[in-house]
Amino acid sequence: MRAVYINSVGSISSQKTFDNSQFLDEIVSYEDNIILAVDPNYKDYIAPANSRRMAKGIKMGVVASKIALKEANLDNVDAIITGTGMGCLKDSKKFLSAIIDNDEQFLTPTSFIQSTHNTVGGQIALGLKCKGYNFTYVHASVSFESAVLDAKLMLENNEASSVLVGGVDEIEEYTCTLHKLINHIKEEKVNTTDLLGSKTKGAVFSEGANFFVLSNIKQDSSYAQIVAISTYNTIKSTNITDLAGTFLKENDLDIEAIDLLVLGNNGDVTYDSFYNELSCGVFNKTQQVYYKHLCGEFNTASSFGVWLASKILKTQKLPEVTKLNDIRASNYNTILLYNQYRGENHSFTLLRKC
Amino acid sequence: MDTLKQELKENIVEQLNLEDISVDDIDDNDILFGEGLGLDSIDALELIVMLDKNYGIKLTDPKEGRAIFESINVMAKYISENRTK
Repeated sequence: MRAVYINSVGSISSQKTFDNSQFLDEIVSYEDNIILAVDPNYKDYIAPANSRRMAKGIKMGVVASKIALKEANLDNVDAIITGTGMGCLKDSKKFLSAIIDNDEQFLTPTSFIQSTHNTVGGQIALGLKCKGYNFTYVHASVSFESAVLDAKLMLENNEASSVLVGGVDEIEEYTCTLHKLINHIKEEKVNTTDLLGSKTKGAVFSEGANFFVLSNIKQDSSYAQIVAISTYNTIKSTNITDLAGTFLKENDLDIEAIDLLVLGNNGDVTYDSFYNELSCGVFNKTQQVYYKHLCGEFNTASSFGVWLASKILKTQKLPEVTKLNDIRASNYNTILLYNQYRGENHSFTLLRKC
Repeated sequence: MDTLKQELKENIVEQLNLEDISVDDIDDNDILFGEGLGLDSIDALELIVMLDKNYGIKLTDPKEGRAIFESINVMAKYISENRTK
């Protein structure tokens, strides 16, 4: 079985992450309950003739993938695997609204064509003329992890040598209105620096795209090795410690072997207990960071966590703004990521310096 | 006729999301498809729906569109002769 490496990254988020030469050097602060991705100049990456039918989610995915491919010095890949929780929401809303507004008449094709969940993967493949394996996972908040797992299996079994993997989700106004009604989005505006102190229900919603070139061939420029990834649909809160222990044991590791714990806390008072159990429990002597105050919450926000961990492993630098506790590891060799959303779809990802 | 031509240009730019192209950039005689304005087959479907929705013109054979959508001048002439609303 071959090892799997993260050879490059590409990120569009509510921080200025699209420039790979920087690593959260400048933090964009927000005081809101919905935050949008910082747009790069899309015209630098996509010709106007191609981008005119693309909603923001597609543009973010295409550009993040282009950044990752460029960094990996690749023109093409063997496979494209995408994760998205909600797919192309803007075009879905446009298409469905047109059905209602026009009494099921006069339906135009563009928004329908662009509304499918696999549009991003399709557009990336069209741009690259990549006829290889192309799959999109729509598994709520483990969509990205499912995509990574698929790529990892392919690469381990030598069915491919380079795979473009990413997570992408976009904000759509009406969907946000519905999420506000059911308290999935916080009622109040929250300052970036005070997300975990908010102690209220819901999260700060956002959007983004994080793509990675995974390969079974290590490069000098590789970021990290993906050692293991596991997803769990439902568990009991009290099981998370046991689950973490089992996950580490399966990989011949113990708590002390983890240099850094990357947590997906989103400030939702109802569900952050899962994270708190780990951070205040068995990992209370481990350095911890969080990231959703920077990128917000969306179904594939954990892909930003993997971007963050990859950057930390490669640069051995840890941005102050991400620190969750005052413990300082001497160096970063092994990082464990844990994420869940609303008590479901938990995931553990284990990365190692390479 | 001039009002209709202006309206068509505005609708084409807006509904087909022609980034970097303004109404003033489209000449009445410009070829809309192929090497002209660069519209494609999906745009043709959008225009067929626009004819039906805005002017009550139903094109049953999409091939008809090839001639009708040649330019703004040709479109405007066809619409003014066939419109039901």
